[in-house]
Parts: sequence; C-alpha cells; structure tokens
Amino acid sequence: MKMVDGKPMDITYQSALLSLLYQLADDDFILAYRGSEWLGLAPHIEEDVAFSSISQDTMGHAAMFYQLLSDLGEGDVNHLAHARPASVRKNAILLEMVNGPGHYLSKPRYDWAFAVVRNYFYVQAKKVRMESLKNSSYVPLANTALKVNMELYYHLLHWKTWFVQLMQAGEEARKRMEAAIIRVHADFEGVLSLGPWSKELATFKIIETEDILKSKWILSMKPVFDTVNLSMPDQFGMKSGDGRKGEHSKDLADALITLSEVYQVDPAASW
Amino acid sequence: MLQENVSNVMEALQQVKDPEIDSISIIDLGMVEKVEVIGNSVLIELLPTFMGCPALDIIHKNVIDSVAKLNCFKEINVQFIYYPPWTSERVSDEGRLRLKEFGIAPPPKRITETGEWHVDCPYCNSTYTTIENIFGPTACRSILYCKSCKNPFEAMKPVSTLM
Repeated sequence: MKMVDGKPMDITYQSALLSLLYQLADDDFILAYRGSEWLGLAPHIEEDVAFSSISQDTMGHAAMFYQLLSDLGEGDVNHLAHARPASVRKNAILLEMVNGPGHYLSKPRYDWAFAVVRNYFYVQAKKVRMESLKNSSYVPLANTALKVNMELYYHLLHWKTWFVQLMQAGEEARKRMEAAIIRVHADFEGVLSLGPWSKELATFKIIETEDILKSKWILSMKPVFDTVNLSMPDQFGMKSGDGRKGEHSKDLADALITLSEVYQVDPAASW
Repeated sequence: MLQENVSNVMEALQQVKDPEIDSISIIDLGMVEKVEVIGNSVLIELLPTFMGCPALDIIHKNVIDSVAKLNCFKEINVQFIYYPPWTSERVSDEGRLRLKEFGIAPPPKRITETGEWHVDCPYCNSTYTTIENIFGPTACRSILYCKSCKNPFEAMKPVSTLM
C-alpha cells in the first residue's frame, strides 16, 4: 500500500494524483515526439543538435512520470507510453498539433515560429509546475520534480533566446512570430489547466492551485514580453478542446499510429 | 567479510566505464550512490546523469556483468534512483582528470547566480573560450571553442539543484 505522510493513501488522493501524473507524462511524451520530427529540419545544424537533445531530455521526463504511474499500479511503462488510445490521453491539445503542413519524410513545411512559441511557453509552464511540485505532499513526485527541474534550466534558456531574437528581428520574423503567438494563446488555457481534479490536487497539497500557477507563469513571462514589446492577453483560450478530459484532434491519433508502429509489432519484446 | 565484499564490488564498478566516454568510470562520474551487501545478494543504486540518456541501459547491463565476474553473489540487483539527484559536483577529482584527458573540459566548479559558467580549454588551458552550443552530442555535454588554440572542444554540462 502506498503511503502519504505515514498514512495509507486515500482513494480520492490517489485519483487526483493519477490524474496529474497522466497530464505530466502525456504532455512531455507528445511534445518530445513532435520535437523529434524536427530532426534534420531545424534552421541550422547547431539547432538540430540542441533541439534533439532537448527532446531526448523531455522524453526522459515522460519516462519518469510514466514510471511513477507504474509504481502506483497503472501498468507497464512501455504500454502506458505506446499502447493507450487517444481517448484516454490527458495531454493538452496544443502540444499534439502537427509542426506544420507536410510530412517529415516528404515536403515538410514546418513552422519554426510555432515551434519556438509553443516550446517556450510550455517549458515555462512546466518550470512553474516543477517548482511547485518540489514541495508536493507526494514525495516520489517531489523528488522527480527536483531532477526534472535541473534539466529544464537549459531548455528554458534555449527557447527564451530564440523567442527574444526572433521577436526583435522585425519584418517577416516578427510577423510569423506574432501569428504563432495568436495560435498558441488560443489554446494555452489547455496547457495551464490541471484538469477535473484541480481542486483536490490543491487541497491535498499535491500541487498549488491553477490560479497561483497561472499568475506565476504571467509573472515570469511579463518582463520578457515587455522587452520585445508584446502585451500579455487578458485571457487564454481552449479553442480546440480540453485535452485534460480526453478530447483530442486527429493530429494525436495520426501521431500515435506512427510512434507506436514498432511497439505494436511485438508488444512483449524487451527493449 | 561483508566489508570486503563491498570493496570488491566497488573495484568491479571501477571497471564499468561511461559507454560514451570510455576513460571515466561510473564511480568517478559520481553515479554510484549505494552498495549494500546482504548475505549473498548485492543491491547497487545508481544515479542517472540525465534522464533521457540512452546509455543507461548499457550501464545497467555492464554493472551486472562486471559484478557477476566476482562470483560472490547469487543475486545482483541494480537500480536507477532519482533521489538524491545527480549533480555535476559529484564528479571526482580523478574523474575531472580523466575527462580532460579525453578532451572534455570538466564541469565548472562554480556557477554564478544567473547560471552563467565558464570553463578553460582542456587542450591548451587557455581561458579564452566561447560556448558554441549548450547542447552537445550527448545529453551531458556542451560544445565550446578555444580562441587561443582554435580547437573546438566539449565540456561536461554543469547541473545543480540551485538551477
């Protein structure tokens, strides 16, 4: 039996915790996959090295969160990552969206501005979460957050640099970045959401409230927005649906077919 | 007897090298957190450097193979644990020397409050170096350039809980 503060884990506590762990794992998993699709296509070779390294770290974080789920009796890690259908995935829809028109094997017309904005905004939100989780009542998650947070430092630095430079470059770069920002804002509420158990998560001190985390995100982004002369919107949207409730686009279903292809050939194989 | 077994295991672990930097052992990298011998079984707890590191599975296997050669244990249990987190300060002085021999600058001993850091060239020791890419060929390495001897080189990326 899993323990919290020396007592057996309450059933409501466990449901809330599982809900959060699925969000953390699925968010990192799908964004790491989208990042890997950029391999060979990034704007220059050093970026190819950097982005694939970041994606590898991010996939490592997803593996840690799936492991925490597995430790709570949710099943095998590879199964959790590869075999679950879209309808039970809890990632934000913004993170599953394709990188742009085309396919990485033929005529990819990927949108670098979208990649920069999506990753920068997401990594900052993840950073805010990890800082909060360092004090989580569920100690294995607090320990994991400490480890993830150390690697995030470099990710954040990387995306912030791109964001500021492209925003200040003017002309076409600025235009494309602004278009990407509008798209990301329209679905960013889905990233900031902690899902249907958010109240319980705060009550049980697993993580702070959505409102607190959101204000921390705004607090850390505002100075950067000011530097590049960008205003903070009054609110963010959930235009494409609520991934935390299992709502997803065709983009996710397509991605799952591709990424689980090898796993599905022989699910019992050991890797 | 038990103490002797632990030091035998440590010797076996000293033979296990980083698959991507074969001059440095996992002990000198600071990856070995605990070795516990109970009867004829041994528990070895390792700290992964970076979570996404693909070398972890190879290290896991190499540890088992190396300890099995001792013929001391019926059961060899190797586990990766996340806590305490690995930090670059765990690299030993011997490890720092081995990294440098390999052409990789050891992680800086000091990181400023803003997270900025600096390392000298592992070839000519010049301090006139620039960072080309924080991210390198493996998760734990960055790419730098020495403006004195004009060599590109790598550095072990500093990671700290203060970041």
